[in-house]
Amino acid sequence: MKISVQEADFDAGVEISALRAGNPQIGAVASFIGLVRDMNDGSRVAAMTLEHYPAMTHKALSAIVAEAEARWALLGCTVIHRVGALFPTDQIVLVAVASSHRADAFAACEFIMDYLKTQAPFWKKERTPEGERWVEPRVTDEQAQARWAE
Amino acid sequence: MNIKVLYFARLRERFGISEEVLELPDSMAMVAMLLDVLRARGGEWAEALAAGQNFRVAVNQDMAAMNAPLEADDEVAIFPPVTGG
Repeated sequence: MKISVQEADFDAGVEISALRAGNPQIGAVASFIGLVRDMNDGSRVAAMTLEHYPAMTHKALSAIVAEAEARWALLGCTVIHRVGALFPTDQIVLVAVASSHRADAFAACEFIMDYLKTQAPFWKKERTPEGERWVEPRVTDEQAQARWAE
Repeated sequence: MNIKVLYFARLRERFGISEEVLELPDSMAMVAMLLDVLRARGGEWAEALAAGQNFRVAVNQDMAAMNAPLEADDEVAIFPPVTGG
């Protein structure tokens, strides 16, 4: 597994090529990219700052990926999450999962994102015309995570 | 015993501090008791950490419950619900 928390942008193509390189058992790669939108909760978003808890971030992401590896037959996983100043259209997060078949790859990719949203210590602060504001957690994110326990 | 306490995001801003070291009596070796000590400061502390407020606690970088035990030199972090991704 590759886990990175970084200010720098990433190239999803390069990351996916590296994830599957040289492993002929891999028959499927599912990936997700999260992006900064210019609108949230009715306000224009000019910029965003992503704060995190450095000592915990890597540990939390590793635990989430380990849980996915225990549930599905995975052949590799890459998680990259950016921190610092980000702007609309910027990439925030990449999750890419390799497996022999698509069902495991799709499910694990969604699982990792759902857990990341509710368990990994990142916080978004948006700059809007009304001033700066911390992004509120969404009930739908909690529900998305909870359904994996059913 | 000494406990390192970290604050993040909105709570860091409200408290005006990102980290501190608290000296707790050994008899108060539980997350809930540490929170009581902080609430006793009143003001923003009492308000933001009141029962029913939405915040999370991690002990040594793992999410923890209110009844989680504490040991000397543990790192406790208090923060709002996360919003990454």
